[in-house]
Amino acid sequence: MALLEISNLTVQFGGLRALSGFDFELDEGQLHGLIGPNGAGKTTAFNVATGVYQPTMGDVRLAGESVVGARPFEINRLGIARTFQNTRLFSGLTVLENVLVGFNQSVTHGFWGTILRTPHHQREDRMHEHEAMRLLERFGLANRSEELAQNLPYGDQRRLEIARALATRPRILLLDEPAAGMNPQEKIALMDLIRFIRDEFSIGIWLIEHDMKLVMAICERITVLDHGETIAVGTAAEVQADPKVIEAYLGEPVG
Amino acid sequence: MDYLTQQLINGLSIGATYALIALGYTMVYGVLRLINFAHGEVYMMGAVVAYWIAIGIAPWGWPVWGALAVIFGGAMGACAVLGFAIEFFAYRPLRNKPRLVVLITAIGVSLLLQNLAQTRYVFGPTPEAFPAVIEAKTVVRWTMGGPDNVVTVSNLDLLSLGLSLGLMGVLAWVVLRTRQGLALRAVSYRFDTSSLMGINTNRTISFTFMLGSALAAVAGVVDAIRYDVRPLMGLMPGLKAFVAAVLGGIGSIPGAFVGGLVIGLIETLVKGYLSSAYSDAVAFVVLIVILLVRPSGILGRYEAEKL
Amino acid sequence: MKDDGSRSRGWSVPAWGVNCALVVLVAGMWPLDWVLVEQMDEYYLRVLILVGLNVILATSLNLINGITGQFSLGHAGFMAIGAYATGSLMKYFSPTGAGAEAALLALLIVGGLVAAVAGLLVGIPTLRLRGDYLAIATLGFGEIIYTLIVTTDRIGPFEIGSSSGLHAIPIRTSFFWAYAGAIVCVASIWRLSYSAKGLAFRAVREDEIAAAAMGIDTTYYKVLAFVIGAFFAGVAGGLYATYDGNLAPESFRFTKSIELVVMVVLGGSGSITGVVVAAAVLTYLPEQLRFFAEWRMVIYSLALILMMLLRPEGLLGGRELLRWRRVAAATTVGGDAVQSGR
Repeated sequence: MALLEISNLTVQFGGLRALSGFDFELDEGQLHGLIGPNGAGKTTAFNVATGVYQPTMGDVRLAGESVVGARPFEINRLGIARTFQNTRLFSGLTVLENVLVGFNQSVTHGFWGTILRTPHHQREDRMHEHEAMRLLERFGLANRSEELAQNLPYGDQRRLEIARALATRPRILLLDEPAAGMNPQEKIALMDLIRFIRDEFSIGIWLIEHDMKLVMAICERITVLDHGETIAVGTAAEVQADPKVIEAYLGEPVG
Repeated sequence: MDYLTQQLINGLSIGATYALIALGYTMVYGVLRLINFAHGEVYMMGAVVAYWIAIGIAPWGWPVWGALAVIFGGAMGACAVLGFAIEFFAYRPLRNKPRLVVLITAIGVSLLLQNLAQTRYVFGPTPEAFPAVIEAKTVVRWTMGGPDNVVTVSNLDLLSLGLSLGLMGVLAWVVLRTRQGLALRAVSYRFDTSSLMGINTNRTISFTFMLGSALAAVAGVVDAIRYDVRPLMGLMPGLKAFVAAVLGGIGSIPGAFVGGLVIGLIETLVKGYLSSAYSDAVAFVVLIVILLVRPSGILGRYEAEKL
Repeated sequence: MKDDGSRSRGWSVPAWGVNCALVVLVAGMWPLDWVLVEQMDEYYLRVLILVGLNVILATSLNLINGITGQFSLGHAGFMAIGAYATGSLMKYFSPTGAGAEAALLALLIVGGLVAAVAGLLVGIPTLRLRGDYLAIATLGFGEIIYTLIVTTDRIGPFEIGSSSGLHAIPIRTSFFWAYAGAIVCVASIWRLSYSAKGLAFRAVREDEIAAAAMGIDTTYYKVLAFVIGAFFAGVAGGLYATYDGNLAPESFRFTKSIELVVMVVLGGSGSITGVVVAAAVLTYLPEQLRFFAEWRMVIYSLALILMMLLRPEGLLGGRELLRWRRVAAATTVGGDAVQSGR
């Protein structure tokens, strides 16, 4: 049994079938890519897995338990964290605060502890801050921790969003086009970073990305969607050779 | 039965003015997604302008219809200018600002007009009766069963209903049949792309404010004649008309009209059968129920947030 | 309160030290009360006490509007509930003698709790609404509360007084109580919003969808903001009732709510110190402009419009005095509740 199991997932918006009969599996330590032309249903799959949309049919199971019907914050607490296609940082909070929000659910002190500022509360706050700074160091953002997230350069914002997601201590991380808008050097650094996250945090990573080079280079397995249907699953080489995939991309050579 | 009939007539008569105000809310919301908080004050300014005109023309002893035409026309014109000015000076500079900033500005404009009206240079703080241009009298009188069961319709009820129905017809014609109306519909459908289609968005927005303000002025004059003129008179009708617009489905023109009549009816029924103390609050109960049960209103369409 | 700002600066005042300082500060209001009663002009003392009450009201509204990014236009309703609860109970029991001060404290807390229950009732249904719709719905709640007050003569043995108001409430609140309340309110809300747990309020303001994706129960925090905000507004209402001795239902209508919103907005939504300063200035200034009565509110509303046109982020723009670390204003960010839809 895989950690994340999606079976026969179908999502219908009015007359539009955004996703049909989608099957997917992901385990800890795996890096699985999800590609496909615009409107193929990639982000829809993420939105269902994180509870933003409810599926019309099918099931999403995390460690054997169905998470369908759970609300987004509950799903995050169960262990699925994500980033967004158009970054959704807390732009008016500092870089450090953005990450600290991720630690919110591990806070054990309550309301009165906060107001009375008990020693327990202070210890815990300091500990989380320390952890958050360590996380930022790994992402090369420690020296900007006091800056507002909205003032970061674009590439840093993307990385901060990943750091923030990791702060919730997920078992599965969903990355929605993390390389969008990055320059080639940043993309290379991002590839290293994603591999590093997988190994260091030993979590499963599910990646939507338009940059074929990046996907082909780091993902062990790739799923290709087109018009809500899965048209191919396999290694980079298998997928690249698949005639249906080539057709979906209008005959352009993949990769 | 007769009591109910009478309440229904009163309700429609009051509802007709709510409908006229609600049309302005809904049209502005349609093009700008803004709750124009100052709209109730435009209605009040319509009453104030009408008051001054009526006082000015009183010595000349014009026939009723002539006097009414000048009063209504003058108030509509003045409020159209006011509506234009509010949009131009207060809202236009904030076109790309967060909605809450614009909403707070609208609250500011509303406070400004209320307080300007309270100065003696504009109107003064105390309520004044409207000059006797038209005398309220019963024009229809049905006796149902006995001498105690009488249903009456006053000339003011007819004026209120007639004007709002007539203006609704004019508005429908403007929106559905004229170029400017087409532009209005285009802008409220897709703000960003309509300017790419060669529509002058700024002019369309100005036009919408002027149209809505003129309609509010009519309601203001009717209520000024029916009750009296006071600087804070715009508050409650303004809020109730907003509720009417939400009830009808904000952004929907026929919805605002229907919503106005429904709010007027509900209010008079509550007043007639429960207590007049509840008549102001009932609109808000309706609002909260509508927002929770069917936020798109009776005739509106729902816009989902895109992730 | 510098302990927060210096978290990552390597030095910090221990929390017990700050707690002690706060207790000393509150206690210090007691002798100050005596001095002021002796030395100060009665009229100015009244203004000073009203400043204290408005600080509580504006700061508690700031938690809802500025820090959590909701938009309540019904805050005066919560104040009314607290005022009537405390005032009516006070009139019924009229405690005197040794226990009078303790009874006042207890009744103020009761008033706050009753208002907090109302905050819960208002908070839950309004969760589905945002931005301008939320504003109108809360305004409606405030007006409904007003209507309930003017149509209720008494609840059991407790007098409400319907439209003629509640009069002859025993006067117990003094400078000390007003400012003890203000200090507790400001310190509590400061600590809530700048602690690890309270960061969630601001995360909700910035982006609800992202906050939920980070495991934050956005519903819980929005309702909590309403409950805490209503509690302090209720306490302020109770203080007012036991200070003035008379309650007129008209004074809790949405004109009062708007006045409070203006304080939050001009102070800089989200900035606690900014809102405290704005509450003080906007309570004092209109009193000073009394000779100018006719134009006073005209100037007030023009100032609000000009502020929105020229500096929409408010006086402090979301920064805090006494705290060098920056905090952005609710109005400058892209939270979906505040961002323009087009």
